[in-house]
Amino acid sequence: MPLLAMKNITKTFPGVMALDGVNFDLCSGEAHSLVGENGAGKSTLIKVLTGVYRQDEGEILLEDKRIQPLSPFESQRMGVSTVYQEINLVPELSVEENLFLGRQPMKLGRIDWKKIRRMAEKALSRLNLQIDPSMPLSSFSIATQQMIAIARSLDISARVLILDEPTSSLDHHEVERLFSIIRKLKSEGLGVIFISHFLDQIFEVSDRLTILRNGQLIETCEVSRISRLELVAKMTGKSIEDLKTAQPYSGKKGTNIGKREILKAERLGRKKDIAPFDLQLHEGEILGFAGLLGSGRTQAAELLFGLKQPDTGKIKREGVEVSIRSPQKAVQYGIGFLPEDRKTQGIFPDLSVRENIILAFQSKKGWWKPLSRKKQELITKNFIETLQIKTADMEKPVGQLSGGNQQKVILARWLASQPEIIILDEPTRGIDVGAKAEIESLIHNLCSEGLSIILISGELEEVERNSHRIMVFRDKVIVSELEGENLNLPNIMKLIAEGEANPRETIQA
Amino acid sequence: MKLKIAAKNIPLLATISVFVLLFAGSSFFLKGFFSLQVFINLFSENAFLGIAALGMTFVILSGGIDLSVGALIGFSSILLSRLIMDIGIHPVIAFAIVLLSGVILGTGMGCLIHFFNQPPFLITLAGMFLARGLGFVIKMEAMPVRHEFYKQINALSLPLGHTAFIPFTAFIFVILAVITWYISLYAKFGRNIYAMGGSEQSALLMGLPVRRTKIGVYAFSGFCASLAGIVYSLYTFSGNPTAGTTLELDAIAAVVIGGTPLIGGIGSPIGTVVGVLILGVIQTSIMFQGSLSSWWTKIVIGILLLAFILLQNLFQRKL
Repeated sequence: MPLLAMKNITKTFPGVMALDGVNFDLCSGEAHSLVGENGAGKSTLIKVLTGVYRQDEGEILLEDKRIQPLSPFESQRMGVSTVYQEINLVPELSVEENLFLGRQPMKLGRIDWKKIRRMAEKALSRLNLQIDPSMPLSSFSIATQQMIAIARSLDISARVLILDEPTSSLDHHEVERLFSIIRKLKSEGLGVIFISHFLDQIFEVSDRLTILRNGQLIETCEVSRISRLELVAKMTGKSIEDLKTAQPYSGKKGTNIGKREILKAERLGRKKDIAPFDLQLHEGEILGFAGLLGSGRTQAAELLFGLKQPDTGKIKREGVEVSIRSPQKAVQYGIGFLPEDRKTQGIFPDLSVRENIILAFQSKKGWWKPLSRKKQELITKNFIETLQIKTADMEKPVGQLSGGNQQKVILARWLASQPEIIILDEPTRGIDVGAKAEIESLIHNLCSEGLSIILISGELEEVERNSHRIMVFRDKVIVSELEGENLNLPNIMKLIAEGEANPRETIQA
Repeated sequence: MKLKIAAKNIPLLATISVFVLLFAGSSFFLKGFFSLQVFINLFSENAFLGIAALGMTFVILSGGIDLSVGALIGFSSILLSRLIMDIGIHPVIAFAIVLLSGVILGTGMGCLIHFFNQPPFLITLAGMFLARGLGFVIKMEAMPVRHEFYKQINALSLPLGHTAFIPFTAFIFVILAVITWYISLYAKFGRNIYAMGGSEQSALLMGLPVRRTKIGVYAFSGFCASLAGIVYSLYTFSGNPTAGTTLELDAIAAVVIGGTPLIGGIGSPIGTVVGVLILGVIQTSIMFQGSLSSWWTKIVIGILLLAFILLQNLFQRKL
């Protein structure tokens, strides 16, 4: 008897069949991944389970009893807990208070703070978290906060734990810690539903997986019985042959790389952010920055884009020394920057696709020379076509597009200003496999047209696959540079782990 | 760990030390300032400001603001005068009516803020105009209250030795302060206010009763403001539609100086009490000094407010 069974779940929205007779079951002590591209129906299924939506047809059985939660809180009371990607806790309050807000133990009509302390210690030790529960939440790392969120959601009565994209903002070690917690909870008999865009993690942590596509159940199978390629094929609905031949980018050959040194940094560095480093970027080259979260990869890019000022070194643009004191200056020198956190740093969600795209171009041109509406529409139309941005029309607010398409809009904005260099910080984070492939092939098209690209990503495979040359970051030092035959995953991992091979830099951080 | 806990209390400690310094300085330079009665009078003379500021504390902690409290004091005081003197209702019943009207206005504003998702600044600004206008509709000018009950209540004071006594109005302030402090620490309602001020989105997703809490803080603030109007009436034996003009700003200043930043989520009613005492001690010492214009009070408060905002900013960056 499965712990949880969702039978023949159907849910329609006006004009869309979001779920079409989907079956899903979860056993006690199992981690079950839900995979599919954006819009496949994963989140709709979860929302039906947690009472956000009500299914049109079908039933939910928890321990063989029929349940119909009407709100997330009700579903939590029934034993189904959810932890979301965003941490929904209160940073100013203490850890213990965050754990029990809203369900504090009372004694004589007052909150029993002593009991809260005891219960908090117990809840934290269940997850092997050795932290002081009286400290404010904001004094801990995102990863720890994520675990605290899990601790909160794990009521004593919790039977099912849903982890919705829990690893997006965690680095490698933190993911490992999270996984060891998942394993521990599994061993206690909990059923875990795991949702992630990272295939590696799905294969590492789950026992079974269920593939959804366009609201339909494609397959449920044991993880050991499916290969990555098969999985991707089933998610995207393409045949395996397609994928094999489409092994798209023979980019590494770098046939189009010019000799021209478009950007050069000499001993560029900033205290506490990144040790002094040298860098050359050639015309039409993709230079990868590989490293863990906090290894200094983003900080190096920030120096190049003028977001922060270096305390040592200089930057040369086509051989001429330049001073990039602000992002505005960087734009004038033909440098674009796609930030890591597009929601807060990149898009203006309420502005339309057209307005978002025109922004940088207009800014470069000067605000007192407004672009005619006709010209704006022409440019926008052009980019919607070439980048294949999926939007109903160009006046749709960007916030309503999917993650991958939002990313393309920001990219279009930079391309509209005709830069020669683009820095891409985590361009594929949080977008689905299909969109990822599109963005990657886009990157290659751009560089074959002569654009130089710096590609930053925490997903090492992605950097490895796409870059002509890679600089490896570790603990705020660039430890090595890889190209040609040396450019392979084992080498990168080794460098990140040990920082050995042939250290190009011997500077102390 | 001990250091961290101390760090959390830095704003409150700073507030208290500013108060102690001001009181000590005034006692040193001004003859006759240092006495128990002067200290006690800080409570009674600022009782209605303090009561309104305590209500304001919850509103600001929740991340909102209430501009209607000053106007509500004026409205409440003149309503009391009319009810007692012209209609002849017993003061106790008149008090109940006034408190009820304050709660109704506060609840109404809270509902508008919540259900229509409107900025508290604008809704309570409208509430301020409404209450002030209604006050003038009730009566255009000040009106005295002559009633035995008022005299009896004011006679209720606790003598402290031979030299000092605690007036009734100071009692109300102190009791309300203890109640709000208790709520802020030991009631779910109080903790929900902090959670909402910290992150309303999170509070919602954590399943906290955001709607009830939000409407509740404005209802409580309305209650406090009308209670402040009653205390004003008791203290001055009169009602005045202009009473409490710009008092909402003094209340906000007291709350912020007391260590509750306008963004909400951190702070405490105890801080607000000390903030009120600081405003009081500045006013009293300028009065004692004699030669300075009373407007200097405003200047000093302005400087202090600025200093505290900068201090909080510094403190938060360190956190």
